[in-house]
Amino acid sequence: MTDTTTPDVTTHAMAILPEDLPTAGSFFKPHRIVLLLIAAVLVFCIVWFMRWDWLPQYLPRLGYGIIVTLAMLFSTSILGFLLAVPLGLVQVTGPWPLKALASGFCTIIRGTPLLLQLWLLYYGLGSVFPQFPAIRHSFLWPYLRESWPYGVAALTISFAAYEGEVMRGAFAGVPAGEIEAARAYGMSRWTLFRRIWLPRAIHRALPTLNGETVLQLKATPLVATITVIDVYAVISKVRQDTYITYEPLLLLALIYMCLTGILVVAFRTLENRIPTRGA
Amino acid sequence: MAVDSFINWGLLALEPPGWGGVLLHGLLNSIQIAIGGYAFGLLLGVGGAFGKLYGGPILRDLMECYTTIVRAVPELVLILLLYYAGTDALNHVLGLIGIGTIDISGLAAGIFVIGVVQGAYSTEVLRGAIKAVPSGQIEAARAYGMSPFKVMTRVTLPAMLPYAIPGLSNLWLIATKDTALLAVVGFSELTLVTRQAAGATKAYILFFCAAGALYLTLTLVSNVFIKIVERHARRGFVEQS
Repeated sequence: MTDTTTPDVTTHAMAILPEDLPTAGSFFKPHRIVLLLIAAVLVFCIVWFMRWDWLPQYLPRLGYGIIVTLAMLFSTSILGFLLAVPLGLVQVTGPWPLKALASGFCTIIRGTPLLLQLWLLYYGLGSVFPQFPAIRHSFLWPYLRESWPYGVAALTISFAAYEGEVMRGAFAGVPAGEIEAARAYGMSRWTLFRRIWLPRAIHRALPTLNGETVLQLKATPLVATITVIDVYAVISKVRQDTYITYEPLLLLALIYMCLTGILVVAFRTLENRIPTRGA
Repeated sequence: MAVDSFINWGLLALEPPGWGGVLLHGLLNSIQIAIGGYAFGLLLGVGGAFGKLYGGPILRDLMECYTTIVRAVPELVLILLLYYAGTDALNHVLGLIGIGTIDISGLAAGIFVIGVVQGAYSTEVLRGAIKAVPSGQIEAARAYGMSPFKVMTRVTLPAMLPYAIPGLSNLWLIATKDTALLAVVGFSELTLVTRQAAGATKAYILFFCAAGALYLTLTLVSNVFIKIVERHARRGFVEQS
């Protein structure tokens, strides 16, 4: 079972998880007051001595960018998870051609950089589609001319591949006795899957889902490279317009830290409701 | 026209009319950065893990800030920040000393940037692995009167290796893929040269698939080595299933 635990370890190393959040009781210690004071002075210096006069002008666009980023995150995570369930299931129980196809898909997507996949879809498919009149005259064409469908597609595929691997472990890890018990009750295959196997597998996969979602948030700025106007792209625009290097980037880092923090706190609330650890 | 550009394998030839040589050079750059950044990251990770586990309260908090920031901010943003801030800061310091500014090579900056990001990840992996070492072993080494450094090199590091290798090998794979992000700051590694080649010839699908195949080969070859290292490190372990 070492196989199923490794992604968990790496995800934890790369993404903040709810268990990393400090509790109020453990947080306040004497030396922390000094550290907090130093941090406050640092923040004051950044606010006072650096240039922030561009901020009010770009505030509406920043808000719009944050909404785009969040829309990208949630749409691709949900779509990706829906894809990941069949990907994981087929690898555990499917006939061998499907099994080989699914595991090949996961290997290829996990073995190449997301940026490359994104550019392959956007520049590659984007240059091929216009050559087919059938596509150009279809109802999809107005969307295919935009850049965001390619971003959504690439992020969805990537999330599906990583989470598919997790779901494979989760499906394989459901105790055989539970499935045998369901069969002994005379459940049909579909009922068994719907009532026992899938809920138990999702239950087991939930802790890693948190980490994968945070990692997905960290992957969203890549779509700015294909001209989707997310918060990263807005900041890039600020840097181009004003020739200010650091201030916009610092603000961007702060925005992402806040988004991650909100996400992690939300997951902690969710986890407290559904006891998943040790399931 | 479309079919022609699909199967024009001559574009991948190694000599100048083809772009194969350029792609391979980009791959070499990517591998160099991945190896350098990974090694630098491991150094930072060992320091960070020991600081987090055995350091004083202030050192521990600073390490916590470092890993928290890196784990919460996208790599792309960190790479931009470190790339500009790192080169600027170095030049500023050199200017203060009086050496004057130097041109920092893209390679060195790339290694530094990937290394700082990897350092936070490997801090977490190594910390978990060190905590998995039975504390009696480390206490025994201390009881023998070994210096802290000797305890580290003779007991802690070798004993934690089997626990750390799965995580560390994943980090290596992530390092190879993170090098692609340096394309955004204009370093000519594999992904950026691929885009340039594709833009010049309009054979987008061919070149991006070729680059994908190169990355995939790198991953699969790494996997073979990882299997060997893993088997070597886990010898003498009871296989639990």
